[in-house]
Amino acid sequence: MTHDPVRFYQVGSFAAGNRLLDQGQRTEQSRRGRSNSLTSGHRACQGCGEALGARYALDAAMRATDGRLVAANATGCLEVFSTPYPETSWQIPWLHSLFGNAPAVATGMAAALEVKGRTDVRVVAQAGDGGTVDIGFGCLSGMFERNDDVLFICYDNEAYMNTGVQRSGATPPAARTATTEAVGPEPGNEFGQGKDLPRIAIAHGIPYVATATVAELHDLERKVERAMSIRGARYLHVLVPCPLGWASASSDTIRLARLACESGLFPLFEAENGEVVDVTKIRRQVPVEDYLKLQGRYRHLFGDPGRPDLVRQIQKVADRNIERFGLVATGAEQEVR
Amino acid sequence: MLRQIEGSRAVAEAVGLCRPEVVCAYPISPQTHIIEAVGVLVKSGRLHPCKFVNVESEFAAMSVSIGASAMGARAYTATASQGLLFMTEAVYNAAGLGLPIVMTVANRAIGAPINIWNDHSDAMSVRDAGWVQLFAETNQDAVDLHIQAFRLAEELSLPVMVCMDGFVLTHAFERVELPDQEAVDAFLPPFEPRQVLDPDNPVSIGAMVGPEAFTEVRYLAHARQLQALARIPELAEEFEAGFGRAAGGLVTTYRTEGAETVVVALGSVLGTLKDAADSMWDAGVPVGVVGVTTFRPFPAAAVARAVSAARRVVVVEKAFSIGAHGILAGDVTLALSGLDIRVDAVVAGLGGRPISEASCRGLLEEAAAGSLPALSFLDLDTHLVARELERMVAQRRSGPVAENLLRDIGSVSGSGLAVARPGSQKGAR
Repeated sequence: MTHDPVRFYQVGSFAAGNRLLDQGQRTEQSRRGRSNSLTSGHRACQGCGEALGARYALDAAMRATDGRLVAANATGCLEVFSTPYPETSWQIPWLHSLFGNAPAVATGMAAALEVKGRTDVRVVAQAGDGGTVDIGFGCLSGMFERNDDVLFICYDNEAYMNTGVQRSGATPPAARTATTEAVGPEPGNEFGQGKDLPRIAIAHGIPYVATATVAELHDLERKVERAMSIRGARYLHVLVPCPLGWASASSDTIRLARLACESGLFPLFEAENGEVVDVTKIRRQVPVEDYLKLQGRYRHLFGDPGRPDLVRQIQKVADRNIERFGLVATGAEQEVR
Repeated sequence: MLRQIEGSRAVAEAVGLCRPEVVCAYPISPQTHIIEAVGVLVKSGRLHPCKFVNVESEFAAMSVSIGASAMGARAYTATASQGLLFMTEAVYNAAGLGLPIVMTVANRAIGAPINIWNDHSDAMSVRDAGWVQLFAETNQDAVDLHIQAFRLAEELSLPVMVCMDGFVLTHAFERVELPDQEAVDAFLPPFEPRQVLDPDNPVSIGAMVGPEAFTEVRYLAHARQLQALARIPELAEEFEAGFGRAAGGLVTTYRTEGAETVVVALGSVLGTLKDAADSMWDAGVPVGVVGVTTFRPFPAAAVARAVSAARRVVVVEKAFSIGAHGILAGDVTLALSGLDIRVDAVVAGLGGRPISEASCRGLLEEAAAGSLPALSFLDLDTHLVARELERMVAQRRSGPVAENLLRDIGSVSGSGLAVARPGSQKGAR
């Protein structure tokens, strides 16, 4: 993987400011002529990470395909807040069928395009974490296994937010949801459960798998562009904080996405054909508390007496990620950079 | 071309002649030979261009068909039984989206207990989904109905299910006239979708509709089915003109003129019923047969016309609404409301039980004598049922019902179950 990461160090964050960059280095999202695939006027909550993620990802995909894009969408927040007839925020051809079948619907679209010889039009499918790791998992695995020409994007907000914040197979340990309440001796979601879908996707040996967040726009757009340069099954897992479900401030969405990475809880990496090929190092590691404390879904872990034991267990999860993916740069690596 | 061919193969050939562009395959008995044969057509290049997708479930099979159809491709799949149930959510969705997918259902019973043989429980379970449901009486019928199905589906933008009896038809080798490609091409123009996903004209399909319009949306689906009711006989006429043989339509009639008793049924059992009717006529008892080719939309007027001269109607059906009544019988009763015609339901052939001509004659004689109950079960072993009921009374843990029944009738090696012998099945294991 060769790419030139954009680095511009601002006070208090590592975000790159577009206005300080050359035109060629700016994000698609900052371009006046961007496609606005998911345009304004939709009903997403203030600070919705999923709305940001979808707009960023699809506009990047539109640029990469010269506007020749069709989308399949699973049932969920993204589907509901973007559409109820007669209104729609979608400026791309868009089909919602069911909760659990977006990957298969996308396969059908790709099959139709292939048989008609329309190689210019590309297919994306999108779903939340429930539609991806739970109810849509069978169809997703089938789409991966057949290597169908589909980019599947999971906007992961770590629970069923559309139905009122119930636990999904992507809900992290100790997190409070409506079906894993913060009561009893083991408050919140159980430890030792859940699916790591990016790694499951890698195990399918598909051409491209990547993780991203709404905090790193350049990174997200680059990964979408890379995905669209490849044919076959591709998977992009985007962490999208949810102020409603995480009980966090709307203004903290980007901060939380960044802290998820810097704590090690959400590793950023790319994999091709079954192998991890690139990892984004943590530039300033933070303890998981920094990430957890901003979220009401972990409120029961803090205060007096709190549950420092559970916080330590969550820190172990982060440490395991850091070790597994080599997220923290060694001294030698830092020198090179 | 006239060929001696298995029903499944014949249907696959017919489907191939209809030039589907995307075909999804997930195996389930007794549908397998159909998709296998379509797979060969695609892989050998005889059916080109066509994408044959081996999917991971029936739910995916219908979902892939939905995506392909929405993208403007002619889509086909086939299933049966549990497979149809597994894809039910997508079956409804395809109809709601108005996508002209054609699907073969190789009719088979639904478990538990698991049973791979023929009845109509599967198709009946989705009769309210908004699909047109056509029932083939013979393999020739199955071939011809598929060709008409694609035309009907695409003209009206609604999905069509062609039902053919599992094994009885799918695995039967018989003489079938397979049309040539030119004739099919003349009858079935290329697919021109009413709505399509197109980057040059982006639309949002399948978004939410609230109470302010949902009733009207559903009413329009009903209206489209009523359109199909008018269009199906016209297409059958056109088909006959082009292919030289009658097929399709709403209902078929056999010796109904002057018949006091008329039997109504779906699918392959019609052949046996016609033989039984012949022998009744020979014995001086006039019995007619009406076959319902189009089950959804239900051709109430055509059924009423076909049986209006009869005094009694016997509906023989391979499914029923457990705890209620016959399903087809309910529709027929409604169709005949206001007429002085008695309608009785006879449930027959469940899970592949043979429906013999002798049994059919027996029930026709009962019907003619006026002694048929409103709901009865052909060849039901009432003694066997009674003994199991006794066992269940005698002991709470009386064992799996199906196992007990089979032991009782001696289908399983080892001793039969005695009535009220507590603990006996423990030893039998």
